[in-house]
Amino acid sequence: MIEFKLPSLGADMDEGTLLEWKVHPGDAVKPGQVIAVVDTAKAAIDVECWHEGTVSQLLIDVGAKIPVGTTIALLAEPGEKPHAPGRTTTAAPLLIEKPAPHDRRPRISPAARKRAAELGVSTEDLKGHGSQGAITLEDIEAAARVTHTPDPVQAMRHTIAAAMSRSKREIPHYYLSETIALGKAMAWLQAHNAQSTLQTRLLPGVLLLKAVALALRDYSQLNGFWLDNVFKPALDTDLGVAIALRQGGLVAPVLHHVADTSMTHLMSELASLVERARNGSLRSSELGGAGMTVTQLGDQGVDSVLGVIYPPQVALVGFGRISERPWVNDGQLCVMPTVICSLSADHRVSDGHYGARFLSEVRRLLQAPEAL
Amino acid sequence: MNRQMIRDEVLKALKGIAPELEIVQLRPDRSLREEVDLDSMDWLRFIEALDRSLGMAIPESDYQDVDTLDKLITYLEQTGRSSTPEPSTRKG
Repeated sequence: MIEFKLPSLGADMDEGTLLEWKVHPGDAVKPGQVIAVVDTAKAAIDVECWHEGTVSQLLIDVGAKIPVGTTIALLAEPGEKPHAPGRTTTAAPLLIEKPAPHDRRPRISPAARKRAAELGVSTEDLKGHGSQGAITLEDIEAAARVTHTPDPVQAMRHTIAAAMSRSKREIPHYYLSETIALGKAMAWLQAHNAQSTLQTRLLPGVLLLKAVALALRDYSQLNGFWLDNVFKPALDTDLGVAIALRQGGLVAPVLHHVADTSMTHLMSELASLVERARNGSLRSSELGGAGMTVTQLGDQGVDSVLGVIYPPQVALVGFGRISERPWVNDGQLCVMPTVICSLSADHRVSDGHYGARFLSEVRRLLQAPEAL
Repeated sequence: MNRQMIRDEVLKALKGIAPELEIVQLRPDRSLREEVDLDSMDWLRFIEALDRSLGMAIPESDYQDVDTLDKLITYLEQTGRSSTPEPSTRKG
């Protein structure tokens, strides 16, 4: 029997509210399949399954708040006989007690009934947690909290506040920046886009992401996590991409294996990620696990951005606006598209000299765009 | 297609990307990307939406001719009028 646990919902999310089950006991599931939808302070997230098997039991009720890591369902492995739905299993420590099914009328204490009326909470489908499944005052108040979810914009502000305060409190940041000439990169991009259809046009941001990912292969101290006072390097080039939301706030979902992904493929993944981040349909696998984050605030017009590291990551790369600026090339003054690339890094893990060499590598890679 | 019809399609495409947009507050002679707060991905989605509704795929090299609402509508009107649009000779 596989205990399916609520996966990480991003570095700054430690709990979610179950909105919907997408599967029923007895359903076959396969890796990548969405099995539930969970609401977080930032967005509703599709929770994906990572096993092949058959749903044996769903352990959590819709509306319940669940910490990351909670077992939410039991899955029978292929070949294993699923338990009959509803039968208790020894592997279900978190199974929520339900009132006896023959008792149609919910048991409810007088105080709880009064409070339910005040708060406008329906007791019809409410699960009681009192003795013999009676609905208690606490159950009513919990139900009212779920029904009256706080303002999502406010909730997102709290989440960002918590993550960024932690970052500035715990991470000794150091900052470096370098102006990078993009003459060759932009010429390559324009030539590529001139012969592409609209759907296969590339944005400059994709080249920048790819260059960062390739550089990280040689600079592993900037790609990973600071956990329990130890640096754990990331195993792949999974990059968080900071995406501003139109209603305010931001999310930083993950693009996977960036160094090994072709530019056209990266472009379509990025487009899909931005679109889904903005309409609130990100998947759980896209929220956690980035070893570094890239922000391209320059797209909105600023010259440079010195970002705040997203814990437990240890570095963040920021790109300012790509703009034509005076530049000296072989002793000649010329006009050149350039970008200011910055690195914010965790001094517990790396030093300025190391960070400077990383930025040089990003610059070197961007001088040969055809090889990216 | 007349100017008003083009304008309607353009605004519809903009609304699709920025649902919170207040059209009355949109200044037609200002940078469209700044007025509507469009990043480069939004802008590309917008150009795609115009291609779908009007059948005109604006090349990157012409972006500077379509950076305000007024210029964009004029561009689409003129490009739409000539059935075989001349390729742009301007460097991007």
